[in-house]
Amino acid sequence: MFRWFNSDKGSAVERFVQRDALKPIELLPWILAIAAYYVFPSYLPLGSQILLTILFAISLDLALGYAGIITLGHAAFFGAGAYAAGLYALHVTGEPLSGLVVAGLAGGILGFLSGLVILRTSGLTLIMLTLAVLLLVQEFANRARPITGGADGLSGISMKPIFGQFRFDLFGHTAYWYCLIVLFFVWLFALLLVRSPFGRALTGVRENVTRMHAIGAPVRRRLVTVYTISAVLAGIAGGLLAQTSQFVGLATLGFERSGEIVIMLVLGGIGRIYGAFVGVVIFMIAQDTFAKADPAFWSFWVGLMLVLIVLFARGGALGVVDQALRWVRKVRR
Amino acid sequence: MSALETQMLCKNFGALAVADKIDFRLEPGARHALIGPNGAGKTTFINLITGRLAPSSGRILLAGQDVTALPQEARVKRGLGRTFQINTLFRGLSVLENVFLAVCEREGLGNVMLRRANARRDLLDESYGLLESLHIADDALALVKELPYGKQRLVELAIALGLKPSVLLLDEPAAGLPSSETAIIFDTVQRLPGDIAILIIEHDMELVFRLANRITVLVQGAVLMEGTPAEIAHDKRVREVYLGERDHG
Repeated sequence: MFRWFNSDKGSAVERFVQRDALKPIELLPWILAIAAYYVFPSYLPLGSQILLTILFAISLDLALGYAGIITLGHAAFFGAGAYAAGLYALHVTGEPLSGLVVAGLAGGILGFLSGLVILRTSGLTLIMLTLAVLLLVQEFANRARPITGGADGLSGISMKPIFGQFRFDLFGHTAYWYCLIVLFFVWLFALLLVRSPFGRALTGVRENVTRMHAIGAPVRRRLVTVYTISAVLAGIAGGLLAQTSQFVGLATLGFERSGEIVIMLVLGGIGRIYGAFVGVVIFMIAQDTFAKADPAFWSFWVGLMLVLIVLFARGGALGVVDQALRWVRKVRR
Repeated sequence: MSALETQMLCKNFGALAVADKIDFRLEPGARHALIGPNGAGKTTFINLITGRLAPSSGRILLAGQDVTALPQEARVKRGLGRTFQINTLFRGLSVLENVFLAVCEREGLGNVMLRRANARRDLLDESYGLLESLHIADDALALVKELPYGKQRLVELAIALGLKPSVLLLDEPAAGLPSSETAIIFDTVQRLPGDIAILIIEHDMELVFRLANRITVLVQGAVLMEGTPAEIAHDKRVREVYLGERDHG
């Protein structure tokens, strides 16, 4: 086989390194997000929802897409963060940034403790255990009425201005920028993480646990670490929801939220960070479109879309794009 | 001091003894073959040494130090490398990355989070060099799952070599390969640095006799005998239980 382009050391290693370089298209989500602010000023609250859901999806991608931890209980950390941020604002201070730190800590502590226990298992057992953790936390929130407000949730949250300067306004301008900037930093962190030796090793765990052991990696410690990091980010996403909507209810810990975020990530494509952006947007648009076209059965159409993606486009929407690009390149050659 | 030693190593699954009081020594720089009929417990023995299985009793020593209670990763850190009889690769990753992961773990980088892996150009170059020495550098950027089976066997070997082991356990490195391709594997094994102690499981007697300077015969979990290739070839019991099979086959 004649393969001149990677026949010498320089170019093969060079091409390998180049894959991690930031490409111009990676700025597209940010340009679109900023453009959306000006084009759809009346949709800003929905926009904030989308942004924090993308953040939540990125957190899931680290655990599910990179490390291969299949979980249906990720809302536990989202909800823990939401309640923590809500309680902090109610009882301590309405200062938002320290509130986010508290939200991240709450998610992280829950993630670390539950991860220590459940990450000894894998496969179906693990999925069931992630679900069990979610149900436990949910039931706790439901029963601990004096603290969480039970089924009524936490209301009456009022936030102070960010840096004492930027007041949360009725139209969601501040909230939108706040979510966008937090998402931006989380995105930077996630990119750095998945391209670090630690992140690379996670894909190794996903691809083959047995081999990972055989090359001397402390697999379980790595899994607990990434699960904790993922839970911190999920907690931050939950905290954003609590602060921008100024209400926390049991739905933040709902199974629907856990399931939907997995669906969104799969739609976009797992293990690539940007699947979170694409999947969340596709899901929300599809939900909106189907709901208008067929109010009675819209969730059927979302389900059908998912079935088709899983059957015919394993890599999600971005996987399809990849395949198309590869095909175009092949034809050109 | 032996590079690897087992003392009275036992493993029972219920009443079945798959490893039965195995006393075994692998000397530094040895080319030692482990042979025996199917089900003799050869792979089990490897799994006990590497820590994938916990022994029922007995001791395992690496360079004189007791590692019986240590987890797999700690043994790898002490220089124990292995390959698998059935390909155990990162199938969805590129060939270069498969080796690079092993090299990074060897260098203890696996916990580094906020620096780019690719910044370690020296380790990438080293990984690539390893692929070159196994003649699979042309496929460095191909995904492992896209490679033909024979090349995957070489990746299996490359990952283990990326660890720079002092003791290398090769579990049927040529398993499933046509004879035309086994030569590549064995040439590679023969060219490995002389200071690596190698224990190899292999069924092809011709290859075993060409490669090994010491042979252990395992039957039903127990060591039947150990000796030089000549001694093994002329032993009556070995011929009966093992080599004899080939005459009928």
